[in-house]
Amino acid sequence: MQKLSTQKSNQSSVFALISRITEHGDIPWRMLIMAMALLVIVLMLAIGALLFRDSAIARAQFGWAFISPFGESSWDPVGDHFRAWPFIFGTIITSLIAIVIAIPFSVGIAIFLAELCPPWLRSPLSLMVELLAAIPSVVYGLWGIFVFLPLVVAPSGTFLADTLGVIPGLDLIFAGPISPSGASRLAAGMILAIMIIPTIAAVSRDVFMAIPPSQREASLAMGATRWETIWKVLIPYGLSGILGAIILGLGRALGETMAVTMVIGNSIEGSTSLLRPGYTMSSVIANEFAEAVSALHSQALVEIALVLFFMTLILNMIARLLVWRVARRNAQEARA
Amino acid sequence: MTAASPSISTLTSLPAPQKHYISGRAGYARRKFTNSFMLGLTGAMTLLALVPLFWIIGYVMYKGGQYINLDLLTQLPKPVGMVGGGVLHAIEGTLLLTVLAAIIAIPPGLLAAFYAAYHPNTPLGVALRFGTDVLSGVPSIVIGIFGYALVVKTQGHYSALAGGVAMAIIMLPTIVRTTEEMLKLVPHTLREGSLALGSPEWRTSLKVTFPAAMSGIVTGFMLALARASGETAPLLFTALGNDRFEMGKMIQNGLHAGQSLPAIFLNMLQQPVDSLPLTLYKYTQQPDVSRINQSWAVAFVLMVLVLTINIIARVIVERRMAKSRGK
Amino acid sequence: MTIEMNIPRVEPKNAVKSKKETHVGASTHAIESLVAKMQINKVSIFYDKFRAVEDITMTIPLNQITAIIGPSGCGKSTLLRSLNRMTDLTPRSHVEGEVMLDGDDIYAPHVDVVDIRRRIGMVFQRPNPFPMSIFENVAYGPRLYGIHDRKMLSSIVENSLRQAALWDEVKDKLDQSGMAISGGQQQRLCIARALAVEPEIILMDEPASALDPIATLKIEELMQELKSTYTIVIVTHNMQQAARVSSFTAFMMINSHRAGTLVEFGETPQIFTNPKNKQTEDYVTGRFG
Repeated sequence: MQKLSTQKSNQSSVFALISRITEHGDIPWRMLIMAMALLVIVLMLAIGALLFRDSAIARAQFGWAFISPFGESSWDPVGDHFRAWPFIFGTIITSLIAIVIAIPFSVGIAIFLAELCPPWLRSPLSLMVELLAAIPSVVYGLWGIFVFLPLVVAPSGTFLADTLGVIPGLDLIFAGPISPSGASRLAAGMILAIMIIPTIAAVSRDVFMAIPPSQREASLAMGATRWETIWKVLIPYGLSGILGAIILGLGRALGETMAVTMVIGNSIEGSTSLLRPGYTMSSVIANEFAEAVSALHSQALVEIALVLFFMTLILNMIARLLVWRVARRNAQEARA
Repeated sequence: MTAASPSISTLTSLPAPQKHYISGRAGYARRKFTNSFMLGLTGAMTLLALVPLFWIIGYVMYKGGQYINLDLLTQLPKPVGMVGGGVLHAIEGTLLLTVLAAIIAIPPGLLAAFYAAYHPNTPLGVALRFGTDVLSGVPSIVIGIFGYALVVKTQGHYSALAGGVAMAIIMLPTIVRTTEEMLKLVPHTLREGSLALGSPEWRTSLKVTFPAAMSGIVTGFMLALARASGETAPLLFTALGNDRFEMGKMIQNGLHAGQSLPAIFLNMLQQPVDSLPLTLYKYTQQPDVSRINQSWAVAFVLMVLVLTINIIARVIVERRMAKSRGK
Repeated sequence: MTIEMNIPRVEPKNAVKSKKETHVGASTHAIESLVAKMQINKVSIFYDKFRAVEDITMTIPLNQITAIIGPSGCGKSTLLRSLNRMTDLTPRSHVEGEVMLDGDDIYAPHVDVVDIRRRIGMVFQRPNPFPMSIFENVAYGPRLYGIHDRKMLSSIVENSLRQAALWDEVKDKLDQSGMAISGGQQQRLCIARALAVEPEIILMDEPASALDPIATLKIEELMQELKSTYTIVIVTHNMQQAARVSSFTAFMMINSHRAGTLVEFGETPQIFTNPKNKQTEDYVTGRFG
């Protein structure tokens, strides 16, 4: 009996030794990859933290009035008086223009690529749409200044100003004249639209392709046309995913800097018209930060960056939630 | 059963189901028209959206091609107003920044991706996915401010190092996400086979999974590099710009002064530096014809660089995903 | 394959396009007042060059339940889908032969596919309700045809749900999601949805195979109720179900070219108790399958 038990304990100790050794190799590895994962998270927090720290004085000085649309809004580096509303307004307006233009195109492209396109054409076309997103922002700006603005925006702007800009009520949005170069919020919005279409279209296309074919079959078998199926079944089905895609695109538009700065005119005259030059949050940071006049000036600019950071953060979270909801529903159905 | 003569019905007396509500052909024409119209519209929209792509590429090639010459690629800029000169400083700057950013971003990105791929449901894994998403959504100018606060303020001057850090942060989410996806594509049977043989997890990851996913991971790097090298905003107040930057000269001078190569490179990192997109931006802000012309040429170079990398990378990725789908 | 049946064939309205064999076959069974609703003439279905279904000729009698049985992979679902031109949706597939609905070939050029699919409804193997309310699911079809009046829609929805034997179970929760009910109820919802556009024929592709036995029984009872108003064709891999439910049965098998063919077609009792073909006999007695 005793012999058996010592034999057994010898065996188990050998196994114990081996497993301890292999664990040994694993523990440093696991710690390493965990540390790197932590690094990413710490980085995200650090960005928020540094922005917070370096805007402390400005935040203390101006409080919530900094971003308020009410009260007098002026940006005065000389007098050390800063309100960010004109830039927030500019960012929101240009992004809205971009979204309004981009949504129908992106959804249309997504429908075409997912539902109608012959399979052999799908990859090359998708690639080309995605290449639109690969063009560097400055190149969009360059082309914007010298090609798109004079050829497309300036004439359209003049047309809009003459037709819609004279109608009372609409003149808030379309009052001219558009500056001779074409630099305006409209220009920025249009170029932004081109830049975010690939984002929205690609995600929406994936949403459509994830919808189970049985939904299409059910509708077509009842005698619905393809378009009716897309419009009445597929779009409602994938709506939260498409919404998520749109919000992702909106996030990109909010943060876009170079192309916007190059074509928007960078001026904060008081008009609300799309045809007049504007100024966005990212543009003012790009233009003024390197030569900020005073410490308060720098801090105010960092505070703008902080606001921008939070805006994109929140939009990102909403988008993730929406896309996650679609994924969850698809999984539910797959199980059912 | 007896055979009975079957009743023969003619077509007209076939009993038809009673139609209460659905009238026969009404509205079909309109529905079919709407169908064809809307479907055609989506095709038209796709084509229309691709117009800017070809327009920009075409115009940049056309205009930029006119001003590309050897001087442009090998010389430093001449003073404003003079014709000629080049953008060597920007080319070398882009090179330096990209290599630096890659060195900073790739190791952590790779390792974090391993965690994301194999421990997705732990709290840390969920937080990692969240963090990656957030980072990829942060505007590049905000990252530039962060780079300024982190490096420039601490060191007291603009530098290539600061620019490299900013670019690395931009590359990081792309690297993590693509690597994670590529790792997940490796069939788990491969991994399990290795683990079942007694190979520890770290060995399996490094020697089995990683090589299997290698081509996809490399293309992920390429995509991240392409994205980062096209960015301007984060460099505006980190690398700032430097039109006297010439690596060859700096190395020569350094060696003459008796410095070792590593010291020379470290010194190089501390210099402000330009990049192709940054130079492009600055040139468009100057009302000088020669500069404007050169900016088209710079755009040409930039586009060739970025688009080539993108196309190659995406084609490889698409092939890989198609292979794993079993087409 | 020529099938001898004592059902008068519906002759095409137009001039004869292809050779037709006339069979006024001898049958020993009395078939009273049977009329052909659909006539399938030498239908072959191709994927690219590959012929998946070969030369099917058979008749679908009006107001009867016709079952198509056979081992898996023999092309029965493919054949069924060709009857309402759902095969058009598969890329690179095409159909040869004729499928006559009341004497008109549904594959003739300029035929309105949308109309065909309304007149020939389909229920699928796995219930596939839309992610809308029960009411909206059933109202989907009528809305396409321009019916928007709330009262009329309610009456159509109630009528369809009653015909599908689902009304009593859901009448108080019409606003609930169509996906929130049980599998068997979902399938009856899909049937109600198909009925709402007033089809003439209902094709069922293994409608109960994803359901539990009690739900299956309900579906089978429902089919018996429906056949007096509609013509039903059901594909099933469950022989007992075919024997329980159908009046006519078609048995299909894969031939040496890997194409599905029709081996035998006849009245259900005859097929199962006195099959004329040895292969049929082997299948129904369970010697293979």
